[in-house]
Amino acid sequence: MSWFVSYVRSSVGAKQLMAVTGLGLVLFAIVHMIGHLGMFSGRNSYNAYAHFLQGLGGLKWIARGGLLTIFVVHMLTGISLARANAAARPQKYVVQRYTRTTFYARTMALTGLVVLAFIVYHLMHFTLGWIQPDYFHHLDDKGRYDAYSMFVLGFKNTGILISYLVAVTLLCLHLAHGAGSWLQSLGLNHPKYEVITKNAGPALALILIAGYLAPPLGVAFNLIKL
Amino acid sequence: MSDMNLTLHIWRQAKGTAAGAMKTYQVKGISEHASFLEMLDVLNEQLQEKGEEPVAFDSDCREGICGMCSLVINGRPHGPDAGTTTCQLHMRRFKNGDEIYVEPFRAGAFPVVRDLCVDRKAFDDIVAAGGYVTANVGSAPDANAVPIPKEQADRAFDAAACIGCGACVAACPNSSAMLFTAAKVAHLAHLPQGQPERLRRVKAMVTAMDAAGFGNCSNHYECEAACPKGISKDYIALMNRDYAKSVFVAKDAKAGSDGAG
Amino acid sequence: MNLDARIPSGPIAEKWNRAKFELKLVNPANKRKYSVIVVGSGLAGGAAAATLAELGYNVACFCFQDTPRRAHSIAAQGGINAAKNYQNDGDSIHRLFYDTVKGGDFRAREANVHRLAEVSVDIIDQCVAQGVPFAREYGGTLANRSFGGAQVSRTFYARGQTGQQLLIGVYQALARQIAAGKVTMFNRTEMLDVVTVDGRAAGIVVRDLVTGKIESHSAHAVILATGGYGNVFYLSTNAMGSNVTATYRAYKRGAAFANPCYTQIHPTCIPVSGDYQSKLTLMSESLRNDGRIWVPKKAEDVAKASKDPASIPDEDRDYYLERKYPSYGNLSPRDIASRAAKEACDDGRGVGPGGRGVYLDFRDAIKRDSQAKIAEKYGNLFDMYARITGENPYRQPMRIYPAVHYTMGGLWVDYHLQSTIPGMFVLGEANFSDHGANRLGASALMQGLADGYFIISYTLGHYLAGINAATGKVGTDHPEFKRVEADVKGRVDKLMSIGAKGKRTVDSFHKALGNIMWEKCGMARTKEGLTEALKAIPALREEFWQDVKVLGERETFNQSLEKAGRVADFLEFAELMCQDALEREESCGGHFRTEYQEAGEAKRDDDRFCHVAAWEYQGEDKKPVRHVEPLTFETVKLATRSYK
Repeated sequence: MSWFVSYVRSSVGAKQLMAVTGLGLVLFAIVHMIGHLGMFSGRNSYNAYAHFLQGLGGLKWIARGGLLTIFVVHMLTGISLARANAAARPQKYVVQRYTRTTFYARTMALTGLVVLAFIVYHLMHFTLGWIQPDYFHHLDDKGRYDAYSMFVLGFKNTGILISYLVAVTLLCLHLAHGAGSWLQSLGLNHPKYEVITKNAGPALALILIAGYLAPPLGVAFNLIKL
Repeated sequence: MSDMNLTLHIWRQAKGTAAGAMKTYQVKGISEHASFLEMLDVLNEQLQEKGEEPVAFDSDCREGICGMCSLVINGRPHGPDAGTTTCQLHMRRFKNGDEIYVEPFRAGAFPVVRDLCVDRKAFDDIVAAGGYVTANVGSAPDANAVPIPKEQADRAFDAAACIGCGACVAACPNSSAMLFTAAKVAHLAHLPQGQPERLRRVKAMVTAMDAAGFGNCSNHYECEAACPKGISKDYIALMNRDYAKSVFVAKDAKAGSDGAG
Repeated sequence: MNLDARIPSGPIAEKWNRAKFELKLVNPANKRKYSVIVVGSGLAGGAAAATLAELGYNVACFCFQDTPRRAHSIAAQGGINAAKNYQNDGDSIHRLFYDTVKGGDFRAREANVHRLAEVSVDIIDQCVAQGVPFAREYGGTLANRSFGGAQVSRTFYARGQTGQQLLIGVYQALARQIAAGKVTMFNRTEMLDVVTVDGRAAGIVVRDLVTGKIESHSAHAVILATGGYGNVFYLSTNAMGSNVTATYRAYKRGAAFANPCYTQIHPTCIPVSGDYQSKLTLMSESLRNDGRIWVPKKAEDVAKASKDPASIPDEDRDYYLERKYPSYGNLSPRDIASRAAKEACDDGRGVGPGGRGVYLDFRDAIKRDSQAKIAEKYGNLFDMYARITGENPYRQPMRIYPAVHYTMGGLWVDYHLQSTIPGMFVLGEANFSDHGANRLGASALMQGLADGYFIISYTLGHYLAGINAATGKVGTDHPEFKRVEADVKGRVDKLMSIGAKGKRTVDSFHKALGNIMWEKCGMARTKEGLTEALKAIPALREEFWQDVKVLGERETFNQSLEKAGRVADFLEFAELMCQDALEREESCGGHFRTEYQEAGEAKRDDDRFCHVAAWEYQGEDKKPVRHVEPLTFETVKLATRSYK
């Protein structure tokens, strides 16, 4: 397997690793978003969805483990690439003008780190229940965990709502570059389909930002209520 | 037509190991028809007349093909015009009173030799690693023996148009040499003559590129924007694809398996 | 001085084959015991270095640029000739041979030219095998175009960047041998002298341009492939760094310099725009396939024509090449087209600033073929023109004017490409051999690659086979190396010691020399002009050695010092050129003596000058001796060139 180690250590291999793990995370983000849009279908169906996920048992832990691995690999590779890239130009330019790249592409490391911090916070909030423990153990009338009310009560808190809005925006900036970039990294491009490959990232980012912001804004504007 | 007076901020560095700094010069009476390098020639004549050492900068053919000239001008390799090398950049692009910042191509893999000159030998090492077709003189079949579709030959040419100037590295936020390497990989990958060594070539060249200390590509495409020969970033995608193939699909050569009997 | 050309006996078409059999070989196991120095990394030098390394010799290759891929061969635009006859239009090895001898105005050696035509076909095969992306037809076969001085389409091309693509092929082959450890490459290293021991080439002395250190290298043989000396004119289409130093130093060490007065003035360059100008840019001759060259018929139309060329109706335009040379028209050879342009301008009918320009007009071609078609053929050249002049050549005709482009003269070599110093071989533009007094378009690339890929490998082997591998190479500690090193250091020290107090920059001397040469030894030469130049040049040289300004230090990266050394050699070499031009009392090819013409056409004097003039150095301030190698034409009959 030494060939695999040298592959992931190579510049092309590392970026393909970023692409593959990033793609995994994007897929998770899409599924996660669709799940949360269930908030609009009311307490019963949303809690049923949450209950279903909770009931997956071993499968749930495999998925969580896999996701965590992908996440850690993506993060560590990203950090090491960012450091290597910074080191590749020891003397910076006095004036440097970019013409093609975007601000979100140039802030991948920064948005990545903020998203990391947010995800830790997010897990502490909704998965571990450390942030608002009072809301964490509600049961609904069918005796299931009342994820729906936890969610609504959580976003009634203005501070949490704002931090969530900011974090989701940053995540989507991160994806605006990443969600199209993987095609180039894996070499899946073709001039005929460039219109798709070029716009896939920003388009997906827009969809995700809308999908992620809808439920908390729904709470804020009382479209989703207890 | 009017002559221009300009304020230049130029990187001066006595040698590779010395510290450098920006220095400011005034240059007067520059014709709009002069090239950027001719403007620097005029500056150098003026400096020498004052007893100051001229600014060292590289140039040779001065017609945009040898790849020797470099310079980052106002933050952009080869200056503000697309598809233009510094030697072909003309002063009509500037106006009287402009301030111009002139810096060397910057990358750890391109150490400064003096002032605006850098050492781009790392590119030679990348090509030496595999950027060729093994075809000894004397062994070639007739040139028309293998037809090559025009479209394919054109695409090979588009990649082969690279002049090895290093603007891609200079422009890249990460100092990556992917566009240069990909251009060579793609040039030969588009031709039937390049097929036998295609996968071993891409692997060897990427390895050499990494060893030289260039940064990693994160798909900003500044390289494509800066390239005076318009080399497409699509060639990088091709290189990525071929590299993955060379790792996951190709059978690695066994040691000693090519020994003659 | 021995000028035996060692031409093999037998019919012309069999000489090279016979030679290949008769030349001695070095057995494969012994090749690795020999080392060879190659100076220059262009088509000739790079190809030689790679090919010799492929064969097993140990090669050290030197170039003054930062990488071998920058050699000036790269700038050739139009193409490379080969007698493939892929177009079925009547081409053959014999026709290419014939065209080249005739194009060279019967001042080239027949046997060399025939060999060049023979190997031309192998060159194309080799380049394609290396991955050179030549232009192709939709069916996948190679495309050709025609070029000046030929009535067949035999030119292979890669858009307007043929030289670059061929050089990349060479560079790749060279890179492979560098990786294999068979070639040691010295970038940014300039050869400053040759060392001979017991009359044989033993090595070279170089300056590392980055550290400024002077060093010696020894080998069993030395190959010079250092290009031409067109920069003696200051303004030329050559690269800034192109220089005569290597060949001139070799001349001073005993190599004969042949026909230095033969310079080619290329008809299609962008005119000079001001005194800051550092070089002239060539527009490929291939443009003459579709562009029509004209000036106004009447001098009084010049102002109007310069302002708005379209306002001059066809009947008031003088398409002078089509008028004077109806069968070749705009594709007349370079020397003829250049002189015709000069005559039109001297006649007061030149267009553009200073009246030094003629129009190259694509109006009719665009009407016939569409702008897209023309753009596909010449797009990059049109773009280049627009960038340099700020004018759009699709809308208004290009302004062009002749400029110094190529030098047919060079170190004298025999059929083996060996100079008069045994063990020193000279390839490509640096030698004098194949183009006579005028080179045809697309033949320079052909010659460089022929010499480097297909000829030197045989003839060098023959030389080395006669040299003992163990004792045939002296070490760089040999007293002769020390003596030459001391000479080189002395020169550098002298430049630096004058330079610290000097008042005039190197470039200003170079420009002054260029002016003298262009005026007196340029497109048209006269006895008086040359005599004046022979007084002016030594005076300028003297001033140079009193007053040249070279700042900085000796052992650093010092571009003024580099230039100063090169200009110092140009200042001596220019004199040799004028001397040669003065003594060649005839007009032939690129050498046009105003006194020798007939009805406006160059007049050769075959009785007195059907020979190569090879100059032998005699020492400082002594007149060199002019030796003669007679030229005999057994296959192509001596005739007055006619392109009418």
